Amino acid sequence: MQLPPALHARLAGAPGAAAPLPVQRDALAGNAPFRFAARQVRFPREHEFFEDGDVQRHLYLQDVITQVAAEPERPRVPEFTCQVAGCCQAFDALEDYEHHYHTLHGNVCSYCRRAFPSGHLLDTHIQEWHDSLFQILAERQDMYQCLVEGCTEKFRTSRDRKQHLVAHHLYPADFRFDKPRKGSRPASQVSTEAAGEDRAPSEGDAMEVCSEHAEAPPEPPRERRVYGHRVPSTICFGQGASRGFKSTKKRSKRP
Amino acid sequence: MWRGRRGLLRPSGCGVEELRCRRREREAALRKARREQQLVSKRLLRDEATEEAEGGRVVVILGEAQIQEFLRLAQRGIEEKERERALVSLRRGLQHPETQQTFIRLEGSIRTLVGLLTSNKALLQLEAARCLHELSHSEQSAVAEACLPATSYLLTYLSGHSSDFIELCLYTLGNLIVESEAVRRQLLPQGIVPALAACIQSPHLTVLEALGYALSQLLQAKEAPEKIIPLVLGSTLPQHILQLLQPGPKLNLGVAVEFAWCLHYIICSQVNNALLITQGALTTLGLLLLDLAAAVQRTEDAGLELLVCPVVRCLSNLLTEAAAETVGGPMHLQDERVLAALFILLQFFLHKQPSLLPEGLWLLNNLTANSPSFCTSLISLDLIEPLLHLLSVSNVVSVLVLTVLCNVAEKGPAYCQHLWPGLLLPTLLDTLALSDTEVVGQSVELLQLLFLYQPGGVCRTQGSNFGVSYCRQTLYRLSHQGSPIIQ
Repeated sequence: MQLPPALHARLAGAPGAAAPLPVQRDALAGNAPFRFAARQVRFPREHEFFEDGDVQRHLYLQDVITQVAAEPERPRVPEFTCQVAGCCQAFDALEDYEHHYHTLHGNVCSYCRRAFPSGHLLDTHIQEWHDSLFQILAERQDMYQCLVEGCTEKFRTSRDRKQHLVAHHLYPADFRFDKPRKGSRPASQVSTEAAGEDRAPSEGDAMEVCSEHAEAPPEPPRERRVYGHRVPSTICFGQGASRGFKSTKKRSKRP
Repeated sequence: MWRGRRGLLRPSGCGVEELRCRRREREAALRKARREQQLVSKRLLRDEATEEAEGGRVVVILGEAQIQEFLRLAQRGIEEKERERALVSLRRGLQHPETQQTFIRLEGSIRTLVGLLTSNKALLQLEAARCLHELSHSEQSAVAEACLPATSYLLTYLSGHSSDFIELCLYTLGNLIVESEAVRRQLLPQGIVPALAACIQSPHLTVLEALGYALSQLLQAKEAPEKIIPLVLGSTLPQHILQLLQPGPKLNLGVAVEFAWCLHYIICSQVNNALLITQGALTTLGLLLLDLAAAVQRTEDAGLELLVCPVVRCLSNLLTEAAAETVGGPMHLQDERVLAALFILLQFFLHKQPSLLPEGLWLLNNLTANSPSFCTSLISLDLIEPLLHLLSVSNVVSVLVLTVLCNVAEKGPAYCQHLWPGLLLPTLLDTLALSDTEVVGQSVELLQLLFLYQPGGVCRTQGSNFGVSYCRQTLYRLSHQGSPIIQ
C-alpha cells in the first residue's frame, strides 16, 4: 500500500478541513434493487467485529506478546539509614525506603504516635481522638464520618458508624483502622494507652500490633492498668508537638 | 513500565517454534472464551529481579505443616529477617496451585495473612501483599475468593503513599475483580470507584498503569453498563483518563494502553457518551490519533497497535453520537489530518496486524459517511488508489473499502468525476468476478452510483466511450455466467 508522499507532510501540517465539493444527489440513487445509503455504524461491546482486537488485548494481558517498553533496572544505592529520630532501619534501594517511610512515619499521629495508612484516616483519627471540640459537638450532632471515601454519611457514635460500615459497605466487623475510643476520657490519657498497647519493644511508633490481634485482650483491662499518671491537658510541653517518648520500655506496666 | 515480566515460569530452553505454538493455543482459547462471553484474563506481577536474587524459579509445593510453620515464624518470629524469610518462602510456595489449595483450606491462614498485611512492618506488609497477589491470580475461583477478607484493606491502602505497595494492591484487586460478580458485589459498596478516583491522581506511572488495568477489568464486567459505568461516569475518573491520554512528551504508552481500553469499554456500552464528548473526548482522541500516526513512522516499536486499536474504536463509536455532529462547535472532528493519520495507520496495520484493518476501515466509514469535507479530502489527498490496494486483503476488508468508496460516490457528480479516472473502474470490474456475494453486491452498488453520476462526456480521460462500453460488456458477460446479483 503506497501512500502519496505528500501525506506525511499533511499530517505534520496545520489543522484544517477541505472545502467540500458540491453535493448533488439524484433521487434514483437509492432505488431498488440498489439500496446503498451512506451511514455511520456503531458496534456494541460483545459484537464479533471486535473479536480480533479483544483477543490481542488479552494476549497482551497474559504477557505473551512483546512488551510495550522495557523498564530500567531498579538502581541500588550505598546503604543508608532512616533519618527519623529513633528509627535505625537501613536500606539500599530508594523504593524500599519509600515504602518503609510511608508505612511507619508517613501518616503518624503526633499526639499518640499511631501510624495510619492514609492521610484521610489520620485526619479522622485526630479529630475523633484528640480534638475536644469534636467531643463537645458530638454530644449534639452527628459527627462520626463514614470512613469510605465518597460516602458522606455521619453518625452519632462510632458504634453506629461501625454498624454502617459493616451493613452498608460490607466492611469486616474487626476492621483495624476503626478502633473506637472507649468512654469519654480526656485526650491526654490516650498517649499512655498507646504505650500500654505496644508489646514488642522495637515497635515504638506502631498502631496495635497485628500478630497480637487475635489474642488482644479487650480494652477495659488495659485501661485499668494505666489510669495512674495523667498529664493535665492544659499543660503542653511543646505547643502541640508529639510527646516524644522514644522507647516504650520506660512505660512499663504500672499496677 | 514493564518490570521485566516475561510471563509465567517460562522454561529457559524454549524454542521459537514452541513459543509460537503456545501463542496459537492461547489465541484459540481466547477466541473460544470470547464467543462464550467468558473472556477473562488476569495479570501476574512478578518482580524478575527479586526472583533471580532468590536463586532461580524453582517452585516448591508446600505441605500443611510447612505452611503453618512459615506462618508462625512470620507472625511470631523474634528476628525481623527471620519473619521476612518465612514469608518469602511462603510466597514462593504459593506460586504453585497445590500450595494455594492447601493454604486456603488451613484454618486461620488468610486471617494471619491479612494481619501481616496490616502490620506496621513495611517489608512484611509487602511480602504479605505479594502472597495475596499470587492467590488472586489463581484460576481456581475458591482460591481467588479466599482473598475477599482483604479487600477493604487493599482499598484503604490505595490512598496511601507507597507506590510499590499501591501497585501491588491494584493488580491484586484487578485480578479479584474479574473473578466473579460476587466479588464485585462486595467491592462496589466498599467504595472501589471513589478509591480509584482518588488514586488516579498519583504521579507514579507504575501506579497509573496498575490502576488502568484494575479499572479496565471492572468496566469489562457483564453488569458494568447498568451497575458500574454510571458510577464511573459520575466520578472524576473520565476527566483524569482523558488527561492521561493527552498526546505529548508526558504520554506513557503502558498507561495509555490501559486507559484507552477503559474508555473503549465505557463508550461501547453506550451509557452516556454525550458526557464524554462534552469533556473533550473527541478532540483528545483525535489528537492522540495524529500522535500515533507520527509515532509509527518513527519507530518500529512493538505494541503500538495495542493503543491504536482502542483509540480507533473509541473515535469510531463516538462519531455516531448525535452530540458529535454539532457542526462548527469545538467538539466537531473535521480536521483532515485525521484522515492522513488514519491512512498511515492502515498501512501500519497492513504490515503489523492485518486483522485490525476492518476496524480502521470502520472508522474511515464513520468519518466519510455524512461528511462531504472528508470525502473531498480523500480525493484531494490522493487516497483513493491506496484504498484500492486493500481490496485484495480479505472479503471483509473489501466490503468495507467498497462501502467507503460508495460514501464518496453517492455524494454526486462532482465526486464521481474524480473517481472515474485511474484504477478504480478496472479494479472494480475485477472484483465482480469474485465469488463472495457481499463483495460483489457492494461492487455493483458502487458501479450503479458511478454510472448514475457519470460526468457528461463520459470517460474523457480514457478516450471515446471505452470505459462505459467495457463495463457494459463485462456486466453482460458476468450476468450470463449465472451471477444472480449482476442480473
